[in-house]
Amino acid sequence: MSKYFGARKVFKGLNFSVTEHQSLVITGKNGSGKTTLLKILSGLISPSNGEVVFNSNGDLLKREEVKRILSLVAPDLNLYEELSALENLKFLSRVQGIMFENEELKTRIEKVGLKKREDDLVSFFSSGMKQRLKYAFALMNDPKILLLDEPSSNLDKEGISYLENVIYEQKKRGILILATNHKDEIRYGDQIVDLD
Amino acid sequence: MGTKSSTWIEQALSIFQKDIKSELRTRYALNAIVMFAVVTLAVVGFSVGQFSLSPKVSSSLFWVVIFFSSMSGLAQVFIKEEEAKTVNLLKLVASPSNIFLGKFFFNWALLLFLEIIIVPLFILLLGLNLENFWLFICVLVLGSLGLVCATTIIAAMVSKAHIKGALFAVLSFPILLPLLIVCIDGTYLSIQGKSFSEGVSDLKVLVSFSVVMLILSLLLFDLVWKE
Repeated sequence: MSKYFGARKVFKGLNFSVTEHQSLVITGKNGSGKTTLLKILSGLISPSNGEVVFNSNGDLLKREEVKRILSLVAPDLNLYEELSALENLKFLSRVQGIMFENEELKTRIEKVGLKKREDDLVSFFSSGMKQRLKYAFALMNDPKILLLDEPSSNLDKEGISYLENVIYEQKKRGILILATNHKDEIRYGDQIVDLD
Repeated sequence: MGTKSSTWIEQALSIFQKDIKSELRTRYALNAIVMFAVVTLAVVGFSVGQFSLSPKVSSSLFWVVIFFSSMSGLAQVFIKEEEAKTVNLLKLVASPSNIFLGKFFFNWALLLFLEIIIVPLFILLLGLNLENFWLFICVLVLGSLGLVCATTIIAAMVSKAHIKGALFAVLSFPILLPLLIVCIDGTYLSIQGKSFSEGVSDLKVLVSFSVVMLILSLLLFDLVWKE
């Protein structure tokens, strides 16, 4: 797989596969294409050459099917600031085709450490709280594939411990793909793709 | 996991509801569209002064006000997603056709709200005399539908450009010109007090325009929406 923005090459000749209960860490210096690769894997942008194939029990999955089992947490994936935490999750679940009771959504918000903040507007949240809410959103559909871009950004000690738990649980549930520059996060990967 | 799954129409309506809630809290498009309409009407009202306008001029002025007011607000439906950087989130969770329908419903609601303000003001300031009120309402609702069908897809196209506002009006004008001509004619007939049967041909054109634009938009939106 290759990706170009105009004449500028981001990466070229990339080839890897990940299977269930495995984790992959994508590493590389700033501008090496880590975020671009995650965007391609999530279907937000297309590769210039090559393709991403999702396979379940020998059957190729369609993009719409992949959408239902894939989640992404990324710094440039903003939540709606003018909505509350609960309204965000309610909207994002409904638009994905899942109907949750308010109580269930509140429990999920509580789980990420935002107890009693569910009715606050996201614009009043700190960057760490927004990051926690992104995890609540990403885990709503119990994703088979979880993509994390700079997963520990803005998180405090307690948040990082929650993140470690998410990574552990995700490896049990399906596939984890993580893009990072932090040396101590590389250890989460069973495989490493270095874009440098 | 959630208990039941929502249908495509529920998903489109949830985008519509989110946009309504967002709009009521931020007034992103509402303020622009209402202020533009009121100021334009006031300027036209003062310019006309004591002169009485002919039905042809009145109906033309009415649709000029609607066109330019809508140009100031209808593009915001996608621009605000780009500016708030929520566009990737929406792309990730929703299907393109549901996004288009949700945004389309929102723009139509916004335009109908604008018309609720413009029509009484126009009657008050410019002495518009509607002899066939129900024909006028049909032209207004169907004309708005056609206008929104065309502008919603154009709004998606211009949201990625640098000069969004200017580009929106420039791209919309040639597409909306036939619609505006028919709307002006239908409004003229309603001011003249012509019967409903005389306005039917205009209404048929408005319905056809809306159907063609809606189908084309749904087919093209997937391509426009992808980066």
